[in-house]
Amino acid sequence: MNLDVQTTIAWIQKLNDKIQSNKDHLTSLDRAIGDGDHGINMARGFQEVSKVIEGAEFSSPSDVLKKVATTVMSKVGGASGPLYGTAFLKMSMANKEETVDGDGLAGMLEEALAGIKQRGKAEKGEKTMVDVWEPVVEAMNEEFDSGRLREVAQSSMEATEELKATKGRAAYLKDRSIGHLDPGSVSSFYLFEAMAEALEESE
Amino acid sequence: MKKLINDPNDIVTEMLDGFVAAYPNAVRRVPDTTVIVRKDSPVENKVGLISGGGSGHEPAHAGFVGHGMLDAAVAGEVFTSPTPDQVFEAIKAVDSGAGVLLVIKNYTGDVMNFEMAAELAEAEGIKVDHVVVNDDVAVEDSSFTTGRRGVAGTVFVHKIAGALAAEGASLEEVKAVAEKVIHNVKTMGMALKPCIMPASGEPGFELAEDEMEIGIGIHGEPGSETKKMASANEIVDELMEHVLPELELSGSDEVAVMVNGMGATPAMELYVLNKRVQEQLSEKGIGVHETFVGDYMTALEMAGFSITLLKVDDELKKLLDAPSKAPAFLK
Repeated sequence: MNLDVQTTIAWIQKLNDKIQSNKDHLTSLDRAIGDGDHGINMARGFQEVSKVIEGAEFSSPSDVLKKVATTVMSKVGGASGPLYGTAFLKMSMANKEETVDGDGLAGMLEEALAGIKQRGKAEKGEKTMVDVWEPVVEAMNEEFDSGRLREVAQSSMEATEELKATKGRAAYLKDRSIGHLDPGSVSSFYLFEAMAEALEESE
Repeated sequence: MKKLINDPNDIVTEMLDGFVAAYPNAVRRVPDTTVIVRKDSPVENKVGLISGGGSGHEPAHAGFVGHGMLDAAVAGEVFTSPTPDQVFEAIKAVDSGAGVLLVIKNYTGDVMNFEMAAELAEAEGIKVDHVVVNDDVAVEDSSFTTGRRGVAGTVFVHKIAGALAAEGASLEEVKAVAEKVIHNVKTMGMALKPCIMPASGEPGFELAEDEMEIGIGIHGEPGSETKKMASANEIVDELMEHVLPELELSGSDEVAVMVNGMGATPAMELYVLNKRVQEQLSEKGIGVHETFVGDYMTALEMAGFSITLLKVDDELKKLLDAPSKAPAFLK
C-alpha cells in the first residue's frame, strides 16, 4: 500500500473521471439542500486539475498534491474550493517522501481532516464532508487498507442522509435537510474510492 | 430554459465587459480577473472598500462600485463565491496604504475564500480587515450553526461604510461603522417563482401555482417554509412580524426602508408592497428617514421580494444621505 508519483497522478485522474461522470448527480444532490452548483464547480475545477497534472514532471506525491491544491483553490470557488484546496495542501505538507507508506498515508489524511475542520469550522455530525473524513481517518489510523478505506467512506457517506445539517448552506433548511445525502460527503467518497482503486492497481 | 445568453460558461465575463462598457468613465476591469474597480483606483489616503460574491445578484456587486461606495467588486461564477486569488487581485488594486476592508456576506464559501485572500494580502504586508453581514432573520441565529445569511441589507453596509471611507476615516473607523450597520439592519424575503441556474437549466426549488416560499435567500435555495399564496398585504404583514421585533424599535426611532425586488418582480408590485410596509411603520409610530424601492440584490429571474429595515441615528442618516456615484446607487 504505497503511494508514489505515478499512483498519485492515477488517483487524481480517477477522481476527476468520477466527478465528471457524476457531475449531474452531485448537482442534483446540492439542488435539494444547497444551491445546486456542487457538481458544476467540482467538474470545472478538476477538469483543470486533470489538464495541469497531465504530462507534467513531479518529484514526489507531495509535489503533485501541491499543484492539485493551488489549482483547486483558484478554479473551484464556493465552499468546496477552499475546503478541498486546504485538504490537498495539508496532505502535500504532511509528507514529502518520494514514496509514502500506509502510516504516512494515514498521517496525510489526518492532517487534511484537521485543515478541513479548521477552515470550515465544522465538527462531526453536522452533515458535512467531515462526516466522511473523520471515520475514514479513525479507521486508517488503526491500519491503512484500501478495501476498508472504500468501505468506511461509503458507509459514512450513506449515513449523512439521516443527519440534520447545522453547517453549510443546507443548515438554512433545518429539518428539511434530513433525508438527503450531503453532496460534499458524496464527492469525498469519490476521492477515497479513487484513492483505493489507484493504490490497488499499483500493486 | 429560455435565457438571453450565449454560452453559459461565458455569462460572467460577458456581463462584466458589458457593465464596464455601460459606465466606461466610472469603472474598469482589472485585466484577466473578474474584478471591477473604480476607474481612479487606488484612491490616495483612502481605505479601500471591497465586496463581492457569486454572480446573479446584479446590480450587486459591481453596480455599487463608485465614489462614495465600493472601490472594488469581485464576481464569482453564478451563485458561487469568487476564489481567493481573485479577491487578492482586488485588494492589490485598491490598496493605497490606508488599508482595505472586505464586506463579506455570511455564507460558508464566501467567508472562507475572502479570509484566505486576506491571509495572502497580510503575507504581503497589506493591512486588511473584514466584516460579515448577516441580516437575514429567516435563519436561526446560533453559535452552533452557520448563522444568518447576508442578503439585501448588505447594500446599506456598502453605502454607509463607503461614505465614511470617502471622508478619509481610518480602517478601524470604517470597520466600526460597518459593524454598526450590520447590528441595526434586518431583512426577510419570499418568492413566488424560483430562478433557473444558467449552467444546469434547473430551478432551485419547485412551487405549485398556488404556493409561495417564505424565508428565501438570494441563491435560489429553498426557503424555511412553503405556504399557500396570500395577498400582498398579508405577505408584508408576515415578513414584518419577523423583521420588526429584531430591531426593538420604540416610538421615536427612525428607519431606512428597502423593498428589494428579486429580479422578476414588477416595479408595480414592489410599490404595492411598499404601501403596506409604510402603513405598518406609521401605525407603530416609527419614522421613515428614506425609502428605496427597486432591484438592488437579486437572484437571477426569481419572482419575489425582501423587506429590509435599518435603524438609523444621526451618524447613519448623514452617511446614508452622502453623495454616491455608484451606477446602481446614485445620490
